[in-house]
Amino acid sequence: MKPTLKLGAAVVALGLVASACGSDGGGGSSEVDVAANEDCATRTQEARDAGELTEVSLQLQWVSQAQFAGYYAAVAECYYVDEGLDVKIVEGGVDIVPQDVLASGDVDYAISWVPKVLGSIEQGAQITNVAQIFERSATTQISFKDKGIAEPADLKGKAVGSWGFGNEWELFAGMQSANVGVDDINLVQQAFDMNAFLAGDIDAAQAMTYNEYAQVLETVNPKTGELYQPEDLNVIDWNDVGTAMLQDAIWAQTEKLSEEAYQEQTVAFIKASIKGWAFVRDNPEDAATIVAESGSELGESHQLWMTNEVNKLIWPSTNGVGIIDAAAWKQTVDIALNTKNETGATIISKEPPATAYSNEYVEQALEELEADGVDTKGEGFEPIEVTLNAGGK
Amino acid sequence: MARIWSRFRAVILGVLGILAVVGAWDMYKAFGPEQGVLVGETRILPRTTDLAMPHSWEMLQRFGEPVTALSGAPDAFNAVYDASLFSLGLAARGWVIGVVVGLLLALLMSGFRIVESALLPWVVLSQTVPLIAIAPLVRRWGSEIEIGSYIWTSQDSVAVIAAYLAFFPVAVGALRGLKSPEATHLDLMRAFGVGWWLTLVTLRIPASVPYLLPALRLGAASAVIGAVVAEVSIGLKGGLGRMVIDYAVAASGDPAKPWAPIFGAVAIGLVAAGAIGLLGLALRPFRLTGVAQ
Repeated sequence: MKPTLKLGAAVVALGLVASACGSDGGGGSSEVDVAANEDCATRTQEARDAGELTEVSLQLQWVSQAQFAGYYAAVAECYYVDEGLDVKIVEGGVDIVPQDVLASGDVDYAISWVPKVLGSIEQGAQITNVAQIFERSATTQISFKDKGIAEPADLKGKAVGSWGFGNEWELFAGMQSANVGVDDINLVQQAFDMNAFLAGDIDAAQAMTYNEYAQVLETVNPKTGELYQPEDLNVIDWNDVGTAMLQDAIWAQTEKLSEEAYQEQTVAFIKASIKGWAFVRDNPEDAATIVAESGSELGESHQLWMTNEVNKLIWPSTNGVGIIDAAAWKQTVDIALNTKNETGATIISKEPPATAYSNEYVEQALEELEADGVDTKGEGFEPIEVTLNAGGK
Repeated sequence: MARIWSRFRAVILGVLGILAVVGAWDMYKAFGPEQGVLVGETRILPRTTDLAMPHSWEMLQRFGEPVTALSGAPDAFNAVYDASLFSLGLAARGWVIGVVVGLLLALLMSGFRIVESALLPWVVLSQTVPLIAIAPLVRRWGSEIEIGSYIWTSQDSVAVIAAYLAFFPVAVGALRGLKSPEATHLDLMRAFGVGWWLTLVTLRIPASVPYLLPALRLGAASAVIGAVVAEVSIGLKGGLGRMVIDYAVAASGDPAKPWAPIFGAVAIGLVAAGAIGLLGLALRPFRLTGVAQ
């Protein structure tokens, strides 16, 4: 081999590495680039240049999807800018624990489920629920009609799917209420997809109304050649069973809440976020588009389905969006204290501190919103009809 | 014919290998039992349903279809291509960092006995820490780093995690290589009064090449895995790891779709290994012994 050829080979090898280094392919950060309309984009830039905005970051629980549509809408419609906030949305990942990121001070606010955070608070995380956005739980246990699982008692002796990692408590509480022990079922670890359920390995699978339930309805039933229909499924809804726990809430740093600036910022942040959710209620199609254009890879009909289902979790709101209902909070805490999982552990061993939640900021935000004429209860809310396509496309 | 064979032997065998895998897949799908092969309760071969095993041509076809029905959505091939380049870029950055760190560690360890005794256990221990434990930590620590005007991004976190996996085989392989010259050769160097540096350049480094090349290749594979897994772990957008999560939602309704990023990962793994192969070609004169492939 000639030396020049050798040199050439080395150059090619290095070139490959270098060219790979250079290509960025757009994106590439955990921060979401929310697709705002032109008007709002200009306004945001102007306010940013004028130094009128306070930078605020929000840690999501998962990657971009319509579950968080309200926050995206608040960015895209400039509701945050109106409140003097420059909000950066930070996506989650498989191993990102939002409450840990918040407690360590890396972000200003985080979205997380109450039961998951209660455990962290007992471990010493200093964070406070300042707005309970989702009033209802979206977790269900679904099964095909022929399995005959209509209520928690029917789970006995069945293969029951669960994701674990703190998603199992409503299921276990529901089983406990029906005197079904963890040993009475065959607990199956569930993956991200519903294939094990569709193949029959899982009799009753965990499913979020806004995601996995739709995944099943987007699949062709080999028997009929059509998509599976809601009539094919039994759904155990933990809201009906009475073992629902509070889900998506806005969490803030407890210690910083003693600072006046952070208090004001928290009120402003909640106010604009709720306004964003009101936008999602009134314009579900636009909201789904905003989320899709902000980098969510979900299919179009799946995204709209998710938007619509999330709306149902919020609207109509009994006390005004964000108010932490004392009874619902108590139910969540009771389940967290008294429900044992398959290892015999409970989420918490003692009542959470009084700082675990506060209605102070959301009440002020709601007051201001009502003064602005924003409907924060949505009494007349009607969900839209979403037709799912195969594969959610 | 014989000339064609001898010239393109590697290519022909490579293509045949791929065809064999594809053929085995579709043959099993066509003739295997629908419920898979079970030994007792344990399934040792998968189900052959369309859900579990899409036809190979369906997976190929899926590349040509748009990712979503959204107007302006790219077709799956373009999306996977972009994501593959992105992940390969991060893996390459990780590999370069890993190789530099690994070589430095090996140099230190080969130079000082005491350093080897002190460091080597830690190098081995470092690989027993699960990736899912360090990934969020790296992102969190990283977010506090600011060097001048340079702000740490999640991309840097992923590259560092890839490097964390890549440095290990390099450190161990290079150490072995640097210590590989025979005692007589080293004695000769010493007898001539040749210093540490010159011994390193003229004897130890050339002697280490046969050990180093497989280590570099292992490091490249580790860097690719590290980059993809770290993307999953911290949810970084743009690469294959994130695509795996995003596409998993379609696993039931559009079963061919989640396979697309998997093929992307295979492709960048091959590119990474191929790049090291080229490097090996350049270092051919130093391959004195037959250790390397």
